[in-house]
Amino acid sequence: MKLTNRSKVVSNKVMSTSEKIYLPEIIKGMLITGSHLFKRRATVKYPDELRPMAPVYRGQHVLKRDENGAERCTSCGMCAVACPAEAITMESGERKKGEEHLYREEKYARIYEINMLRCIFCGLCEEACPKEAIFLTDRLVDVEFEREDFIYGKDKLVEKIDKRIDVTKRQTIEVAEFKKIPGTKHNTLWNGKKIKGH
Amino acid sequence: MKVTIDGIEIDVPKGTTILQAARMIGHEVAPPTMCYYSKLKTSGGYCRTCLVKVTQGSAANPNPMPKPVASCRTEVMEGMVVQNVTSPDILEARKGVVEFLLLNHPLDCPVCDQAGECDLQDLSYGHGTEKSRLEFKKREYEVIDIGNKIKLHMNRCIHCYRCVKVAEQLTDGRVHGMMHRGDASEITTYIENVIENDFSGNVIDVCPVGALTDKTFRFKQRVWFTKPVDAHRDCKKCKGNVRLWYKGEDILRVTGRKDEWGEVEDFICNECRFDKKKTSDWVIEGPTKVNRHSVISQNHYTHLNELKVQIMKQQKALGFMKIDKRP
Repeated sequence: MKLTNRSKVVSNKVMSTSEKIYLPEIIKGMLITGSHLFKRRATVKYPDELRPMAPVYRGQHVLKRDENGAERCTSCGMCAVACPAEAITMESGERKKGEEHLYREEKYARIYEINMLRCIFCGLCEEACPKEAIFLTDRLVDVEFEREDFIYGKDKLVEKIDKRIDVTKRQTIEVAEFKKIPGTKHNTLWNGKKIKGH
Repeated sequence: MKVTIDGIEIDVPKGTTILQAARMIGHEVAPPTMCYYSKLKTSGGYCRTCLVKVTQGSAANPNPMPKPVASCRTEVMEGMVVQNVTSPDILEARKGVVEFLLLNHPLDCPVCDQAGECDLQDLSYGHGTEKSRLEFKKREYEVIDIGNKIKLHMNRCIHCYRCVKVAEQLTDGRVHGMMHRGDASEITTYIENVIENDFSGNVIDVCPVGALTDKTFRFKQRVWFTKPVDAHRDCKKCKGNVRLWYKGEDILRVTGRKDEWGEVEDFICNECRFDKKKTSDWVIEGPTKVNRHSVISQNHYTHLNELKVQIMKQQKALGFMKIDKRP
C-alpha cells in the first residue's frame, strides 16, 4: 500500500564482471585524491593563521559607551523582547546625582546578562536597540568549562573605557542619517562595492 | 435614534454621543481618544483625536457639518451619517492632531515606565507620521514628586485634564490643577503640595501617557516583562477588584482593571494600590486575558494554548483520523 506519492521502488541490479573487479573505480578515486595534492588547501592552520572575517560578522556582543564614556544602554528591554532565543535579561536602576558621567540617561541597566549558550547571534538585538548601545562584533565567544561562565554580565559586555571597540563598520546608512553624522561611509567596505539595499 | 457610522447603522438612545455610538459598534469604527474617559464626567473635548466627519447632520436637515467635530462632545441626531476611518480627510486631520500632541512630547519611551501601555504610543503608531517637523527645542520641566508614591513628568503631559477630573470627582479636595496658559500650561500642585487622598493613585491609571507614574514601580520592569493577573480582596474603601502585575513570584505593581477601551472598570484605593504587594493579600482569579497582538502578551505564549485547541478543532472538522486508527 502506498502511503505517499514520494516513495521510490528500490532497484536491486546485479553488477557486471567489470564492475565487480572495482579496479577502474578505485583508480578513478585515487586520481581525484591525487589531484587534490596539487590544489590549494581548503583548511588553514587555525590558531597561527586566521581566516578573514566579514566586517559585519556577528560575534560576541558589546555594550557601547558614548563619546563621554557614559553607558548608552538605558535598559529599555527592546533587545530582550526582540531576542528569539530569549537570551537577554536585565534589571534597571535609577541614575543618582553625580553619576551622569557613568550613565547617559536617568535609567540604566543595573544588571545586563546575555546567555551565550542560548544566543543564536542573529543580530536582532542590535537591530532593535533604539540607543545604539548593543552591537555584535567580530570577536569570538571564548570557550569555557562551566555553563555558568557563558552567562555574560556587564563586566564582560560593556566596553572598557580605555579599550574602545570599533563598530563603525556596523552602523548602517539609515543609522548615520538618523544621527546625522556628516561624511561617514557605512557598509560600503566590500571592495568598494555597495551592498545591495544600501 | 438611528445613526450611521462608516456605513454601519445602529439604534442608540437619545443623548448618546457619536463616540459612544461608535464604541457600541466596535473597535473598527470607534475613534481613538486621549482625553475622553467614560467614567469621568465632563471629560473630553481637549485633545481632538476623536474627530469625525458628519456628512449628514440629521434626517430633518441633511446638510453636512462644515468642520470635523469632536465625537466625544457631539450628540447624535436622528438619521445622522458619520464618517470616521472611511474619510481620508479625517485620517489626515488626525495625523495633524497626533503631530501636535507629539510636538512637546519627549521621545523617551525607552526610559518611560508607561511604554507598552501608552495610549499616545499606540496612537502615533496607528495614525502618526514617522518624523516630526518641529525645529525648536521641546519644553522642559523638572521631574516632581507628588507625595511619596506618585511621580510627575511634566515633559510628557499632553494636557488631557483626566487627572484633574479624577481629583475633582473622586476625592474630596483637589489640590492640583492646570496652571498658566497655552504652551506654558502645566499640571502642578502649587508649590509641590502633596496630594494626600485615598483615591489619589487613580491619576496614574487615567493618565494616557507617562506623565503620572507609580513611584513604587519606577524602573522596576518594562510592562511587557510582567504578567497581569486579576485578583480581588475585601476592601473597606473600594471594590477591591484589581490587576496584579507579577514578575516571577513578586507583585511589582497593582493597578485597576482596564477594559477594552483602556479605561479602568473600578477605581481603586491607595491602600490596595501601594500597600498590598504580597500574594497572600489577594484572592487570585486567574491570568488576565490579553490581546495576542498586545506587547503585554510578548514572550508569554498563553495564546498558544487557545491556538492548539483551535487547530485540533479544525483537524476534527476536516475529518482527519487519529494516528492509531490509520490503516
